[in-house]
Amino acid sequence: MLSIIESLGKYTLLMQKVFSRPEKMRIYRERIMYEMEALGLNSIGLTAIISIFIGCAVTLQMAITLESPFIPQFMIGYATREVMILEFSSTVVALILAGKVGSNIASEIGTMRITEQIDALEVMGVNSASYLILPKIVATVFFFPFLAIFSMLIGVAGGYGIAVMTGIMNPMEYIDGLKYCFYLSEVTYAVTKMVFFAFFITSISAYCGYYAKGNSLEVGKASTKAVVVSSVVIMICNLILTQLLRT
Amino acid sequence: MIKAENVIKSFEGRTVLKDISVEFGTGQTNLIIGRSGSGKTVLLKSLVGLHDVDEGAIYYDDICFSKLDFKARKAIRKDVGMIFQGGALLDASTVAENVKLPLDLFTEQSEEEKMERVNLCLKRVNLDNAHKLYPSELSGGMVKRAAIARAIVMNPRYLFCDEPNSGLDPQTSIVIDNLISDITKEYNITTIINTHDMNSVMEIGEKIVFIYEGNKWWEGSKDDILHTGNKELDDFVFASAMAKRAKMASK
Repeated sequence: MLSIIESLGKYTLLMQKVFSRPEKMRIYRERIMYEMEALGLNSIGLTAIISIFIGCAVTLQMAITLESPFIPQFMIGYATREVMILEFSSTVVALILAGKVGSNIASEIGTMRITEQIDALEVMGVNSASYLILPKIVATVFFFPFLAIFSMLIGVAGGYGIAVMTGIMNPMEYIDGLKYCFYLSEVTYAVTKMVFFAFFITSISAYCGYYAKGNSLEVGKASTKAVVVSSVVIMICNLILTQLLRT
Repeated sequence: MIKAENVIKSFEGRTVLKDISVEFGTGQTNLIIGRSGSGKTVLLKSLVGLHDVDEGAIYYDDICFSKLDFKARKAIRKDVGMIFQGGALLDASTVAENVKLPLDLFTEQSEEEKMERVNLCLKRVNLDNAHKLYPSELSGGMVKRAAIARAIVMNPRYLFCDEPNSGLDPQTSIVIDNLISDITKEYNITTIINTHDMNSVMEIGEKIVFIYEGNKWWEGSKDDILHTGNKELDDFVFASAMAKRAKMASK
């Protein structure tokens, strides 16, 4: 318990350093663009592959489960859309990104720590926490919501594709289901969740890497810890945000 | 001038530096020597502010550096260059980008002026053709030379080197030692080198401080070090058979 409180304190102090005034905005802008490519654009492929297959699988599952003369077929499209928007494209995609981006950030910063690159920045007079972490946070908080929207579109498109390819249901009914009782607030809710998840994934992973000690083995442990802690925080945060935003 | 005054530093109850007082002069190559684990890296990192001292004070000329906060230290840090044991170049940046980084962050120079300065520094360390190479594409000696270029790009008044020739062959070590010594004289810098390489000691050591088990055990010049009669220092200096033979020959 004491170590959790100590970690929370260290995390808060680190965030205080991260959000202090940047040295030069131009340098930070360049770094933000670089991080958007490294952490955001490079995650599009993984997000697309997972979203399309989950979209297909959810549609198939719904079609099989809801096979009843009392349930209209368009409900399959409706259910797929709800699953993709409300939970998959934000929460599950965030968990996947915690694995990919979180471990990347923790190992990158952890390696910089043990090879004294962070010390070198500090000796130069650079606020290393702000220089290394702030651009990553800004990049992911800005870019991950687009990944969530992209995941929603790809997912429901996958569902449509599987409906056309297998003939398990009428594709037009699927389209009707997608349009049925659609509220933009659901997308806003998912995007809002993703903003929080992006912040936690990046800041927690950066924290784990920044305080890594020792050798490459420790960097590996920091990387694992980053993914585990981020995932747990995402699940807790998901619950809290659902309660706050949906009820 | 850099001065440590009664410096004490402990880690988790273990005292690593025990009341060390020492002064390092301007325009000369100061060496901190000692066995592995003696506390010399902790002393160097305390001097540069990477470790906060538990007791005592660090002075840069007349300014008490150890009492300053992050913002106040920043002004002094622009006058500080440091060469780390492994070079500590940023992996994701090229050699030129690494050297240019302090200029990007702390000067208002135009891109042309910055590149001119980068070229000058890289030429000074004989790395004119390595601008676009990444640290992973450099040899050990090139990494050290790039680190020296980055350390001197802001025209520092204080230069710290943590085992600058560790992992290098004897010939490259001499090149690096001479380069640091020449730069020290050229720019009238206060240079402090942390080393356990006796070749460096005999080659460039103008002032030498011997650290033994966290204490300042001896200080003097390279001319005195062979004849101190100090057992612990002799054990360190004459550890190699070659050094022993050299001493016998001098007798």
